[in-house]
Amino acid sequence: MNNRLRVRMDKAFKVVFRIAGFACIAILVSIFMMLLYNTVAFFSQIKPLDFITDTQWNPSRHFGLLPLLASTLLVTLGAMAIAIPLGIGTALFISEYATGFVKNILKPAVEMLSAIPSVVIGFLGIVVISPGISNLFGLSNGLNALNGAILLAIMALPTIITVAEDAIHAVPMTVKEASYGLGATKWATVKNIVLPAAYPGIIAAIMLGMGRAIGETMTVLMATGNSLAFPTGFFSSIRTITATIAIEMGEVPFQTTHYYGLFALALILFLITMAVNVLAERMANRIRKFQ
Amino acid sequence: MNFKTIFKENPLPATMLLLCTLLVCTFLFLILGEIFSKGLSALSWSFIFDAPKNGMTEGGILPAIVGTLLLTLITTLASLPIGIACAIYLSEYAENNTTTQIIRAAIRNLAGVPSIIYGLFGLALFVQGLQLGTSILSAGLTLGLLSLPYIITTTEEALKTVPQSMREGALALGATQFETIRDIVLPASIPGIATGVILSLSRAAGETAPILFTGAAFYVTGLPGNLFQEFMALPYHLYMLTTQHQSIATVRPLAYGTAAVLILLVFMLNIVAFMIRNKFRNQLK
Repeated sequence: MNNRLRVRMDKAFKVVFRIAGFACIAILVSIFMMLLYNTVAFFSQIKPLDFITDTQWNPSRHFGLLPLLASTLLVTLGAMAIAIPLGIGTALFISEYATGFVKNILKPAVEMLSAIPSVVIGFLGIVVISPGISNLFGLSNGLNALNGAILLAIMALPTIITVAEDAIHAVPMTVKEASYGLGATKWATVKNIVLPAAYPGIIAAIMLGMGRAIGETMTVLMATGNSLAFPTGFFSSIRTITATIAIEMGEVPFQTTHYYGLFALALILFLITMAVNVLAERMANRIRKFQ
Repeated sequence: MNFKTIFKENPLPATMLLLCTLLVCTFLFLILGEIFSKGLSALSWSFIFDAPKNGMTEGGILPAIVGTLLLTLITTLASLPIGIACAIYLSEYAENNTTTQIIRAAIRNLAGVPSIIYGLFGLALFVQGLQLGTSILSAGLTLGLLSLPYIITTTEEALKTVPQSMREGALALGATQFETIRDIVLPASIPGIATGVILSLSRAAGETAPILFTGAAFYVTGLPGNLFQEFMALPYHLYMLTTQHQSIATVRPLAYGTAAVLILLVFMLNIVAFMIRNKFRNQLK
């Protein structure tokens, strides 16, 4: 191949690679624009104020965001109440307490948990957790917010454990050794040195886990009962934003108010998860600066 | 310090952390135990190699297995070229400036976009916009978009493990930057790229939400014949068998079998990725 051709090819591919890089921005922007475009169409038919204040979602007349948002928040908070202590505890155990063989088993175990498809975890909610809840609390069925919270906790755990473990692991050995040198015990070191130092990373882990739980569809769709009533507690059957989109999008006629309404729900979901992820990123950056 | 001395020193926190870890492991064993104890008995050659019969109450899941494999192939073809090209740009060309930071932020946010929104985007862009209809092609392209951020991130990491000296050596011999990437950087990082790509695909293969309205169907006669047909897929099949079938109790064993096959498929992909990673590590030593 002659030189001019080689140089030309080099330049051509540089452009190709650059286009691929910019394609990522284009995809994110077009997802946002697609949601926005359909939401604007929705708001030309339904007042934004009604969307935010109506307490009913009943697609023939009522397009109220509140019951769905409340369900999403309820089940996510429940999941975080379970997953945060468990996840951080496990991350601490793996990175500070476990040694050799145990550590080599625990890490792949967490990876295996993260590899299990969400639909399988939803299936588990129906066949194991639901009968468990109904027996334990004497309910007629166990498809409720509590079930969803347990399943979402399982979904969020691998994310929380991996990210938190990375943050804990990143605390320099010298800092810990200084603490031991002063006669501090393992727990005193973990509590007073490791956790404060890894704090931003642990917050990032929690936020990322939460983002995962908010956006999760299949588990809540299968295991929370999908009732449209306003949620009253962990034993009520609920319907999250994601589940509503999944259930109704398949049946709704193209370009009706209802169709646009589902995109408006998706835009809200998109903005919430994006805000959560940006916050997580801020926190993760802080730990990078710390090093 | 081993666990025993740490435990004696301060037993309460050590016990609590151990309990957290055991509970997390219990979740894993609960899932695997439940699915395999009841699913393996449903598994047989005819379950894997037969089509469903009698309104799904008998027969096998061959169309769903083939559907998922074909879907994953389309996902790969859709996401791999763009994903690797983007990773090459970020690792080899991009300067550390605002534009690059925006690209990186976009990738991180794409990874955080809920899968159901990818489903909506696929519906709006591929099914309706590009008129591909509800088809295996639309669903594969949708999953391709979903896998893109993971493929880019893992590929970039693999590219970065190639020592700078190898690039400089090639450049010093008069190779252009493109030739260096093609002949030196890519071949050296192929094991790492393969590991990441396989893991991303195993995630995509288990996804249900993005294919709900882009082409998955409860029942299709025969195997997928062309790209513009609706198709059956393992995760969607499991979802329908557990929640939408008219005689849910009768098909429960089939649901367990489907779940077992799906988990086995995903784990097999993970094990392949794990083996490639280990082999590569040994080579480096």
